Amino acid sequence: MGVATAASMPVAERIWRRFTPEQRFTRFVVYLVIVASIVLSIRSVEVIPEFLADAPEQVVDLLKRMWPIDWPHYPDTVHAALMETIHIASLGTLLALVLALPVGILAAHNLVPFVPINLLAKLILVSSRSVNSLVWALLFVGIFGPGALAGTLAIGFRSIGFVGKLFGEALEESQIGPIEALKAAGSPWRSVLAYGYWPQVKPSFWSIALFRWDINVRESAVLGLVGAGGIGMALDSALNLFQWDRVALILFAIFAVVILAEIVVTQVRKRVI
Amino acid sequence: MNTVAALPADPFQRSVWPRVAAVALLVYVIYAAAQMEISWERVQTGLYNAQRFFGRLFPPNFSRWELLAKGLVESLEIAVLASTLGILLALPIGLAAARNLMPPWVTWPARLIIVMARSFHPVIVAILFVKAVGFGALAGILALTVASVGFIGKLFTEAIEEISLKQVEAVRATGAPFASVLWFGVLPQVFSRFIGFATYQLDSNLRNSTMVGIVGAGGIGGTLFAAFQRFDYDFVCAILISIISLIMIGEVLATAVRRIFIEHATVADLFRAGGAASRERHLEDD
Repeated sequence: MGVATAASMPVAERIWRRFTPEQRFTRFVVYLVIVASIVLSIRSVEVIPEFLADAPEQVVDLLKRMWPIDWPHYPDTVHAALMETIHIASLGTLLALVLALPVGILAAHNLVPFVPINLLAKLILVSSRSVNSLVWALLFVGIFGPGALAGTLAIGFRSIGFVGKLFGEALEESQIGPIEALKAAGSPWRSVLAYGYWPQVKPSFWSIALFRWDINVRESAVLGLVGAGGIGMALDSALNLFQWDRVALILFAIFAVVILAEIVVTQVRKRVI
Repeated sequence: MNTVAALPADPFQRSVWPRVAAVALLVYVIYAAAQMEISWERVQTGLYNAQRFFGRLFPPNFSRWELLAKGLVESLEIAVLASTLGILLALPIGLAAARNLMPPWVTWPARLIIVMARSFHPVIVAILFVKAVGFGALAGILALTVASVGFIGKLFTEAIEEISLKQVEAVRATGAPFASVLWFGVLPQVFSRFIGFATYQLDSNLRNSTMVGIVGAGGIGGTLFAAFQRFDYDFVCAILISIISLIMIGEVLATAVRRIFIEHATVADLFRAGGAASRERHLEDD
């Protein structure tokens, strides 16, 4: 990558640079855009100084109201809501796995060598991923009314894109050897899928599923804020009533479940995959 | 040919455990689905509602575009500032958490900060910041800063822990001070991955900055939620279309930045087709 300013100059006097002028110019443009956007954002973002000055006092107030944590409240409603959150995350992930398998297969160009279908499948995956799970939740609350069903569907639809994209990519990376061997033996397409592709993509499939479940446990905790069931609904009502000691309890419960989910995922991954 | 006789009758015989797991999963699904109160009646009303709902969603109504543009600009500002602050904070924290460079008494607190920052969804963190600093963009910026610290901190730590120590030792052997060890021994090894997570985080912050408004932390989310609650569905549709286009533009720009810094692409290269980073895989998608 070294670029000498003039090849005829003695070696000691040449100026060596890592990048060509075009590359340096391009990088400079990126830096300029970054700095300009930061400066513009700082200048135009609306920050109310009185609120900022008030912040330490508010934080102290918040912590005082949160303490002592309302532990006795846990068995009443928080436990059920917490379980509902876990159900939403798990069922949503399963739904996504079931729906994403065919879409992922359709998106893999080596399995379905027909470009329009690949593009259609990719379009489904992209649209599933670009809509936030909270927006999916708003849509499903609008359709099925408030409750865990809306949350499950929101988690499921948001996860299709993620699972399908990664699964499709894993399929595209699989080795052609075993597949050709099966085809040469005259296997029907079902056997090619089950004994040619599946063993190759199985580890990545399960690790994608576990990883998504872990994300979904975190995501399903907020869906209740828009009415889609789970612990978010308990959080929302505690917030609206300014019961900060209950808020603290709920936050602690979410924290515990998230950490637990992470431990489960690491252990399962270690043993199974 | 004795070996053939020794094979089991069914060479593809499955072991017992996957079956047990499958049955357990099925039982769980039935149990959990029973809690969801799904009934045929509900599905029917749902389908009817869906029809009406989608009917009212279209055509999108862009007549209040000024409100829409204001919200989008605020979301962009939140994303830019949160990413900047988050990256600036995550670099020292991520470095402090790297076990191969730092002693345990430094890595433990740093790891704790990263775990804490990662464990809550940005919207929940936003609720707390709304209480602390009031409604508005600042709460959103702070909430997404926390999320960025958690995400970049974790990945940056992992990247540093995977570096080759030979170069670090070589720099140390020249008697270089610690800052030079970092600058010449560590940073060049993690720079391209760092660009990867930084652009990825900007993308992710952009997605979340359109949502934190639901709890009053600024950006387009507040407008979206208000329009939803007023059953202003044609405006909701307009907002959703704008959010999705914004996110897609953000994704294209992030890919361009990755190609410039990782593949040393120039402006002219960007307009040519192909390139490995444009198809780069991200497992950490959220």
